[in-house]
Order: sequence, then C-alpha cells, then structure tokens
Amino acid sequence: MAIPLTYNLRSVSNRWVSSIVAVVGIAGAVGVFIAMMSLANGFRAALVTAGSDRNATVLRGGATAELESAIALEQARLVGDTAGVARNGEGQPMISPEIVVVTALPKKDTGTDANVQMRGVTEMAPKVHDRFRIVAGRYFKPGIAELVVGRNANHTVRGMEIGARPRFGGQDWEVVGIFESGGSAFDSEIWLDGNLLAEAFQRPIGLYQSITARLESPSSFQVFKDALTSNPALTLQTEPETVYYARQSEALSTMIQTLGSMVAVVMGIGAIFGALNTMYSAVSARSREIATLRALGFGQGSVVVSFVVESLLISLVGGLLGCLAALPVNGMAVSTLNFQTFSHMAFAFQVSGPILLFGIGFALLMGLFGGIFPALRAARLPIATALREL
Amino acid sequence: MVKVDGTNNKDALIRVRDLDKKYHRGSEVIDVLQGLNLDVSVGDFVAFMGPSGSGKTTLLNLLGGLDVPSDGTITVAGEQINRMSGRVLSAWRARHVGFVFQMYNLIPVLTAFQNVELPLLLTKLSKSDRRRHVETALSIVGLSDRMQHYPRQLSGGQEQRVAIARAIVADPTFLLCDEPTGDLDRKSADEIMDLLVRLIGEHRKTILMVTHDPRAAERAQSVLHLEKGALVEAHR
Ligand SMILES: Nc1ncnc2c1ncn2[C@@H]1O[C@H](COP(=O)(O)OP(=O)(O)O)[C@@H](O)[C@H]1O
Ligand SMILES: [Mg+2]
Repeated sequence: MAIPLTYNLRSVSNRWVSSIVAVVGIAGAVGVFIAMMSLANGFRAALVTAGSDRNATVLRGGATAELESAIALEQARLVGDTAGVARNGEGQPMISPEIVVVTALPKKDTGTDANVQMRGVTEMAPKVHDRFRIVAGRYFKPGIAELVVGRNANHTVRGMEIGARPRFGGQDWEVVGIFESGGSAFDSEIWLDGNLLAEAFQRPIGLYQSITARLESPSSFQVFKDALTSNPALTLQTEPETVYYARQSEALSTMIQTLGSMVAVVMGIGAIFGALNTMYSAVSARSREIATLRALGFGQGSVVVSFVVESLLISLVGGLLGCLAALPVNGMAVSTLNFQTFSHMAFAFQVSGPILLFGIGFALLMGLFGGIFPALRAARLPIATALREL
Repeated sequence: MVKVDGTNNKDALIRVRDLDKKYHRGSEVIDVLQGLNLDVSVGDFVAFMGPSGSGKTTLLNLLGGLDVPSDGTITVAGEQINRMSGRVLSAWRARHVGFVFQMYNLIPVLTAFQNVELPLLLTKLSKSDRRRHVETALSIVGLSDRMQHYPRQLSGGQEQRVAIARAIVADPTFLLCDEPTGDLDRKSADEIMDLLVRLIGEHRKTILMVTHDPRAAERAQSVLHLEKGALVEAHR
C-alpha cells in the first residue's frame, strides 16, 4: 500500500503559505486559458448561430466569402425557381438576395471610426433569416431611406438610436427600428433597402453578393444543391448556411485559440516553475520525514507517487480557483474586427463545460511537470544522510 | 549469545564479517569501520558504546540496510543484505527491522495511531487487523489513551514510546535503537529502558542499541565498545 494521502493533505495544509506560489501561478494560467478559449468559443457561436439549417447560402462559384462574390439579377431569379426552395403564402420563392457594403462609422465610446457592415436586403430577408426579430420600432419600408440597426450596432455605433438621422453614402437616412437575431453576427450589422444601398455606394443595381435561400426542409438541401449545380445557366455554388458561417468564424477563432494557447503556455511555464519551487522546498523541508518513511520500508516508487500526488493536489486547487476566477467573464460582451468581413462585430465570452475540464486538465499537467522532478529527488535522497539532518 | 571475534556461531541471527565502511569527503577518505565482526542471537539485548564520531550510527545504519558497506558481509536470518538491490532492501527493512531514533522521527502531521500504522500499510493486513495491531502496540507502550494525539501534543518520552510502538507493530526480526534516551530526562529515559527490557523479557525481541548513557547500557545483556573501527567487549 502507498504512503497515505492524509500525509500529503495535512502536509500541504500545514505548509499552505509555500503552496500559494504554485496555486496562484496555476490559477492565473488556467484563468487566462479559460478566458481565451471562451472568447474563441463565443466568437464561433456568434457566427454559427447566424445560420439556420433550413437555409442555404449561395455564392458565385469559387468565392469563399460574400465580399468576393457577385450574382446577377437573372441568376437570382433562377435560384428562386430551383427545386427545394420554399415558397410563401403568395407563392413567391423565399430567397433573400443580399448586398454587403462595409463603411466606417464613429464608435459611441471613443468616437474613432470602426468598420460597420451594411446589408442591403428586401422584405423577404426577415422571413428567410428566421431568428430576425424587431425589438423596437419597425422594419424599413422598401424604396425609402430607412435603416434597421442590429442590437450590438445600436450599442456601439454613434447616432444609431431610433429617430436618429445618420449620414453616409452621400445621403441622410433615418433609423426606424432595432433588431436582434439571437446573438449572431447579424446583430452587429445595419440592414436597409438593397437597391438604395447599391445606389448610395455606386454599385450596379441588380448585382448581389449572396443569396440566402429558405429550403422546404433541412433535408431538401441536397435536392437544392443538385438542381443548382446541374443547371448550365448558373455558375453558382451553395452550402448550408450553418456551414458557411462556421467556416467564416474559423480563421479568427483559430487565431484567438492559438494566441490564447500561446499566452497560456507561457504563463503555464511560469506556473510550473512556481510549482517546482514549492515542491522542491517541500522535499527539502521534509527530507528527514522522507528518510524515515524509507527506513520503515516504503520504496522509492511510493515516494515518487506520494509527491507527484501532492503536486497534483496543489495544482487541482489552482485549477479550480482559475475556473472560478474565469467564470465571471461568461456572457461578458466584447467587440472585435471580423477579419473575413473586415467589419466590426460584437459577441460574448462563452464558458463551457469542456473548456472548464480542459482548464483542469491543463492545471494537472502543470502539477505533473512541477511535481515529478522534486518527487524524483525525494526518492533518491540517501536515507542515512537525510536521517542525520535536523 | 553475542560474540565479536568472528568465530562461528551456528545459531547467530545476525552475523557480520570483516565489515568495512569508508566515507569519502573530497579527496579525504575516512575509515569509520574496519574489519568489524559481530554475532547476535535471537533474544539478545546488545548495547554499543563509544565516543562521538566512533561510527555507532554508521554501524546501525549498515545493520538496518539504510546504507551499504564498503566491504564485508552482513547476514540476517540467513540472508546476505549487503548484496541486495535498493528495491529488495526496502522490502527487507519493512519485514525485518524496527527503527527507534534519538529524535523519535514521528511524522508530525499524522496522529500517534497513524504513525504506528505506517509499517502495517506495507503488509497485506486488512484495515480491522491493522487497527487491532496498532492498539496492541500502543497498549504495550502504555499510550492507549493517546492514539488520536499528534506528536506535538506529546512529551518527549511519550513520543519515543509511540516510536517504539511503530518499531514493534509489524513484529520485526530485530530492533535497532540509536540513542533512544539521548534526548530524554532521567525519568523518561528510565521508562524507555524499562520498556525495552520488557520487550526482551516478555516478547522475546532482539535489540541492538547505541547509547552514551552508562545507566542505559547497564540494562542490556552485553555491552560492546566501538574502538578503532571494530567492536570489543566491555569488562564489567
Ligand atoms: N555521510 C557521511 N559522509 C562523510 N562522513 C560521514 C558521513 N556520515 C558519518 N560520517 C563520519 O563518520 C564518522 C562516524 O559517524 P557516526 O557513525 O555518526 O558516529 P557516532 O554515531 O558514533 O557518533 C564521523 O567522523 C562522521 O563525521
Ligand atoms: Mg550517532
């Protein structure tokens, strides 16, 4: 049987001051790790929830994002007639041809310019994007210079309250409504009449960047895709809207994750040194106890296990504290530049169970590295010499 | 029967032949033990005396498998321990040796009960059997009422009695005591010596003890002096 766990528990609590270095270091590294992973998670979630599994995103063949794509009006009509596309009560195809323009508008807090994404749409757009809800005011009237503003854009961009008359694209507009779309990337956008947007920014009328098609059911996607790609008159490609947005979020969330991991690794290395220091001093302070246990017949293996376990206990405390410290960021809103669309978007930290578990695993890994070398030293102490120490 | 001349003693429990121990300190070589012989039989109570630095602790460490000799052989119950690997030696110590140190060496964060239980964790005994053994050992040393006390809550004499309980709880082949009364007042020292004598008389233990104290040495059956790296019998 091994050296009893009580021995480690009581030794650690007796010498808790010296364990603080290790605990704080590990808690810090875990806290930062969790915060960064939650950031990436929240960003991904914001973009992914923009999509619906009953929608298909259509772009020009070869385009990877809306800004690289162009679809002519005639093609848009053919998309509406494609098999699998749902129709509304009046028998009109439920497709939303959209134009995207990025423009600089002053931020509310600093007054400096931020890129804001404008989406030129039709009356069909709120029906296709089924999470779209007007939370204040009303939807814009077609053909009139009116805007509906996403909730995040309303919070972050100056002069976007209902009744405000912002000026851009060489003309005045009026904000008539605030909308929300389930915390997705749309919430950071401004929506308006597509034709007026094209006119204001000197875009050709009747040239869209993307079409979102409402499908009869999620399972209709394959039918729709086959029909779309086999039509020789169309040079378009399509993917489920959820997949499109997941792909859009990949680069930035990977970057946040990579950056977060790097910061966490650097802090982790620091924390390992803290743990090493704590454990080496534990070993030297207790070398006579270790020698006594060895004299009683406990083997070197038992000593290694005992000190590694002790280090893991300390790191577990650090890991749990790190989790607790990081929890308050959950739901906290941040905004950043989405590099795919070069526009400003807001989203929230999203802490998840797997992220917390990863954090604990990270803590235990630091504990293992910080414990193994001191544990080996403890096991190799010459018994007779260590017994002479006072 | 205790002998130090190296002649054959068929029923010796512990047999030491031509034992050498050298320490190296830089380029300096310290010959602590040189050609030491010793035979100890079951039930013997031997006291080792000698000036400080004469090698008494060194000898006990070698006999207890805590250190390895530079030369010579140590045979205990037919097994040559000087040839054992570290792993085998650990198991051998657990099975055969009970240590009692001058500074008691109890684990401060464990209770008297838990300290005494430690050697039993290396046996296959069940939890209830361990409890029974610990209670017996603590009652032999007269500390049944101090089981849940921590070492810092005990007097020096009581700590040493817990240490003796820990040394005998797994019923080892022999006990090694390094100045067991060296840190105690007269009264506590006498109690410890009474206890050791009782272990010899009532429990037929074999004890090898290092001491400075002539009063303690007196209680042993034989007293050996460590002189110039070897043992000689005391004239009394
Ligand atoms: N690990 C060691 N390295 C070098 N010298 C040692 C070591 N251990 C003991 N010695 C020396 O060996 C001699 C005998 O020590 P020891 O056995 O402790 O004597 P005693 O117990 O009789 O006082 C002393 O001179 C001591 O300094
Ligand atoms: Mg000594």
